[in-house]
Amino acid sequence: MLLDFEKPIAELEAKLEDMKRIAQNSDADVKDAIKALEKKIRQLKKETFENLTGWQRVQLSRHPDRPYTLDYIYEITDDFIELHGDRTVGDDKAMVGGLGTIDGQTYMLIGQQKGRNTKQRQFRNFGMPNPEGYRKALRLMRLAEKFRKPIVTFIDTPGAFPGLEAEQRGQGEAIARNLKEMVRLKVPVICIIIGEGASGGALGIAIGDRVLMLENSWYSVISPENCSTILWRSWDYKEQAAELLKLTAKDMLSLKLIDGIIREPLGGAHTDMKWMAAEIKKTILETTKELSAMDPAERIRQRIDKFCAMGVVKE
Amino acid sequence: MAWFRRSDKGILTPTESKREVPDGLWFKSPGGKIVHTRELKHNAFVVPDEDYHVRIGSKEYFELLFDHNEFKELDPDMESADPLNFTDTKPYLERIRESQEKTELKDAIRTAVGKLNGIDIVIGCMDFSFIGGSMGSVVGEKISRAIDHCLKHRIPLLLISRSGGARMMEAGLSLMQMAKTSAKLALLDEAGIPYISLLTDPTTGGVTASFAMLGDFNIAEPGALIGFAGPRVIRETIGKDLPKGFQSAEFVLDHGFLDFIVDRRNLKNRLTVLLKMLA
Repeated sequence: MLLDFEKPIAELEAKLEDMKRIAQNSDADVKDAIKALEKKIRQLKKETFENLTGWQRVQLSRHPDRPYTLDYIYEITDDFIELHGDRTVGDDKAMVGGLGTIDGQTYMLIGQQKGRNTKQRQFRNFGMPNPEGYRKALRLMRLAEKFRKPIVTFIDTPGAFPGLEAEQRGQGEAIARNLKEMVRLKVPVICIIIGEGASGGALGIAIGDRVLMLENSWYSVISPENCSTILWRSWDYKEQAAELLKLTAKDMLSLKLIDGIIREPLGGAHTDMKWMAAEIKKTILETTKELSAMDPAERIRQRIDKFCAMGVVKE
Repeated sequence: MAWFRRSDKGILTPTESKREVPDGLWFKSPGGKIVHTRELKHNAFVVPDEDYHVRIGSKEYFELLFDHNEFKELDPDMESADPLNFTDTKPYLERIRESQEKTELKDAIRTAVGKLNGIDIVIGCMDFSFIGGSMGSVVGEKISRAIDHCLKHRIPLLLISRSGGARMMEAGLSLMQMAKTSAKLALLDEAGIPYISLLTDPTTGGVTASFAMLGDFNIAEPGALIGFAGPRVIRETIGKDLPKGFQSAEFVLDHGFLDFIVDRRNLKNRLTVLLKMLA
């Protein structure tokens, strides 16, 4: 699938293919022309992807080929055992988790999971967890705490599921409890927003010592579409809303609401999944090393202080 | 012919009482009952016979709960900044200013310390009339500091929620107020200080998904709408009408997320009994 802003690049790439074919089938010397075009493509790509608007990044974060939580987990772990269920109601397919090893260190890995085709998307409820998803996540975090294993969460959700049963089973309470419990987990917690970070549904597993965003992910209190609907009673202003919300990794970092950004390959995470996974793995290992060196009580204190410092008021 | 010319403006309702309380002399309840506003006030703003709880704000709750309406307001001058430079149909700061003029409030919550039947208590009460009781940095910070006050002086906390959720105009900053208030409540836990959360009509969104649901005791007023997602959103998601009483306080109690429902006329008394048991 091509996004609008990718089309000029794709056109040039098609032209390059043509040129290469011509070069193969004739004696014409087009080497220099090919080189020039390749350079032009590289430049255009760089310019395009370094200057994406908020809305363009939102589109990339939802790209149908974008890697999801389990893609990364399987890519970065040597072994992974998925664990299921909240021990109360059921097993939420939109929230996955389990124990995995990365370079010999065992982690508890948890995240929202989206599906890749229609059937899977339904199975995963489009990455929108029910309360049991948040309770399963908390259960696994407690388990990690018991066995003193660091926790990594992957955030990728259009929001917590706004359904009838979700309300009956206390969606609000489930998220709220996670917020309060995650701030005082005794083990290191690393949270990575890999795609969409929509509102409380994202925050419900995003309270960590380090909260990091992939370069083309977004994180805010509401999606641009819903923001547009509320403010202008129409989806048509989503681009504008995406700018207003300051939802990109860069904006969130400058507002001090996240701790860092993980670079994506030019063109987005989906263009080079292995590279992206390697980058995430490297970040996890480095961050764990740094966090593990701290005293647990000090880690918790800093975690609480960090979140309590967020916000801007006038007095 | 001077007898009809009014010499003073005494019977005009002052702006101050126009907050959430009914303005004018008479109040018509959703059930159709007409009540004199003074009678309503004497009845804790509950419509007699119907038990309908009229939406009221921090001024009325403070008067209902603090002994002799005496209290010291915490951070009374804190106001919203506009860190995101947010302008939709109008600039955010203009929206704030208009709400401030209309409601004579600074933002969507007031926090205060005083005595409730002689018991020291910090009460934070949201005002729905201020941009839908939405939580931005001010609401989060005021709650956070109110909790600091509780921790420092070892006194219990009551938060009265009435809110549409997080404030969109502060986007990511609003979202993080959920984390901030919840983090501070964790400290109250560790210190063994009681926190009572009173949910009133309506309490939804990011407020439900943070401090409102985290009380040692979650209590609610009768008939209050309490939920995470709003009814309209859920209706659109499931594509059918919602069952009667869905997301009412009674429904939420029935599903295990409230300790009890309390009639506003008994609120002060019930809080006193509860707090005494914990002392």
